[in-house]
Amino acid sequence: MAVLDMRDALNLALKEEMTRDEKVFIVGEEVAEYNGAYKVTKGLLDHFGPKRVMDTPISESGFAGLGVGAAMMGLRPVVEFMSFNFSLVAIDQIISNAAKMYYMSGGLFNIPIVFRGPNGAGPRVSSQHSHNMESVYAHFPGLHVMSPSNPADAKGMLKAAIRCNDPVIFLENELNYSLKGEVPDGDIIVPIGKGNIVRAGDKVTIIAWSRMMSLAKLAAEELAKDGVEVELLDPRSLKPLDMPLIAESVKKTGRVVIVEEGHVFCGLGAQIADNIYTQLFDYLDSPIVRVAQSENPMPYAANLEAATMPSVANIIKAVNQVSYRN
Amino acid sequence: LATDKATDKATVKTSSKSEKPSGLSREKLTAMLEKMMLIRYFEEASIKAYQQKKIAGFLHTYIGHEAVGVGMLEHKLPQDSVVTTYRCHGLYLALGGSPREGMAELFGKVTGCARGKGGSMHFFSKELNYLGGHGIVGGQFGVGIGAAFKSNYNEDNAVSFICFGDGATPQGTFHECLNLAALWDLPAIFVCEDNQYGMGTANKRAIANTDIASKAAAYGVKGYTIDGMNLAEVHEVMRHVVHETRTKRRPCVVHMKTYRFFGHSVSDAGLYRSKEEVDSYKEQDPIGVAINELIANKWMSEEEVKALQKSIKARVQDAVDFADESPEPPLEELTRHVYKDEVENLTVANLTLANTENA
Repeated sequence: MAVLDMRDALNLALKEEMTRDEKVFIVGEEVAEYNGAYKVTKGLLDHFGPKRVMDTPISESGFAGLGVGAAMMGLRPVVEFMSFNFSLVAIDQIISNAAKMYYMSGGLFNIPIVFRGPNGAGPRVSSQHSHNMESVYAHFPGLHVMSPSNPADAKGMLKAAIRCNDPVIFLENELNYSLKGEVPDGDIIVPIGKGNIVRAGDKVTIIAWSRMMSLAKLAAEELAKDGVEVELLDPRSLKPLDMPLIAESVKKTGRVVIVEEGHVFCGLGAQIADNIYTQLFDYLDSPIVRVAQSENPMPYAANLEAATMPSVANIIKAVNQVSYRN
Repeated sequence: LATDKATDKATVKTSSKSEKPSGLSREKLTAMLEKMMLIRYFEEASIKAYQQKKIAGFLHTYIGHEAVGVGMLEHKLPQDSVVTTYRCHGLYLALGGSPREGMAELFGKVTGCARGKGGSMHFFSKELNYLGGHGIVGGQFGVGIGAAFKSNYNEDNAVSFICFGDGATPQGTFHECLNLAALWDLPAIFVCEDNQYGMGTANKRAIANTDIASKAAAYGVKGYTIDGMNLAEVHEVMRHVVHETRTKRRPCVVHMKTYRFFGHSVSDAGLYRSKEEVDSYKEQDPIGVAINELIANKWMSEEEVKALQKSIKARVQDAVDFADESPEPPLEELTRHVYKDEVENLTVANLTLANTENA
């Protein structure tokens, strides 16, 4: 067990998987000689050479499509988007090709590919560099969507993603890359579709993922001082969702807050809430409250940016709301 | 009756102009003629079946392009791959794809080459490395260079045929992928099947420089222009192109000037083209030209040509019958092949799907 930060845990997963399977290669902007825009691929070029770690031109659609074709022919590409904002340029390759190929070929060509990179808002990067893409990609059958909240999960989940025989959207977070945590040694795998109880409690279930789990933890600590023990549930896989785990928690607490960094309208939390309402309605003691990004493009000004994003205070307020506390 | 009329319009003109001798051997010319005929009659049968409402959705036929696909793919080796547009039936048949499975796919039957789930625009074959018909214009370039990338990665000597229409050349993916292929020395042959119209828009109204081969120079690779109506020229030039791509590991652009005898799809009446223009290309019908040469060389008698036509039509009819009699995909196919891996919690039960409750 070593204490690693998130980027090193991801790096370790890539290194171990590339060592295990020579069909795995990585392409993307600045992944090789620059060692990765966020240093997730640091040292991989030196270790594996330019055949398996390739810098691309700024051609997201081109290299995402190249990954799909290589996957059809039996390779296992890891495609890095320097930011998931740039995946929008390649979205036709991800949705029309990667997600649909196995189905529309009648099961002839599956696509073992990972599209990974930072998702969500960075610090003060304004409107075009702050998109949360999980609800977009989770909408389309054929894709798995995963998003880790801590270094141990990051390693285990990325290894599972690379071994998956279907396309995986793997959403990291720029503000989480330096987050430290204990990471088990060796071949740990966090299976796709398996959530995790981060903190046990019996009053309210808070469902949060990626960086929002860090905020939820802070909120939980504050609330505990007040004697309110909340349960923190990290679904880890956003599609498929671990509904059995969610059900277990909701049956225990009867109250749910869903926190996501993305916009509130059509956010992933809306789907999770719908699943809970339709499958677990009788166990609920109060309406679900969602904490999400407000309905405006990300502004640059510090105060406006802060007002756009979910906050610890918002989460505490939501917990109080579902608990009918003032 | 509308059916017959449409079919007549397409049926081979044996009055086609005889060009100078093709230089093709009797065996090669006969073999390629058979493939072109198979494509022609298959597509005619598909139009007929469409009019009988046995096929629905889009249907883009390859009629007029036959010399391109057949002449070019004579040089494909088993390890090579081919990817193309939604106009994908002809290449599938030229590669040796099963007419039965092709027609069954058009009919939406489980016996189809994509189990009835892909349809007209999405023919695939694993054993032929046929990486699909693709429905988004320009969406297939990445797939094609990915296959070429695999060839270098595995050092398996394969080349990748990437087919596209003239209408795809203004798309960003064409330029991105040609740049990547040139940058990384990928063995990819970018084959533009230029039928001069992107749907109803003449390429002069859509492409600033309609000399497609000249675009190769922008990426430092070779460009070739071929008369795509001329089977022998396609066959001969592509022999060189494929050999060079395989041995020198550099991409290239091949501009095939061809023509579709029908509209963009079956729903297109083709009002943007003059009858004279269409007829001028039908005069060059590569099937008619090939027949004329076989007869002129006394390599085949008229009776033998008729017998050949009859046998290929019978093969197509067999495919139609097979498609007609095949079952629709069972309902289990609805959610099958969405994912390959069985993942826990991945069931419709984890979502709320009102419409599947009653399915």
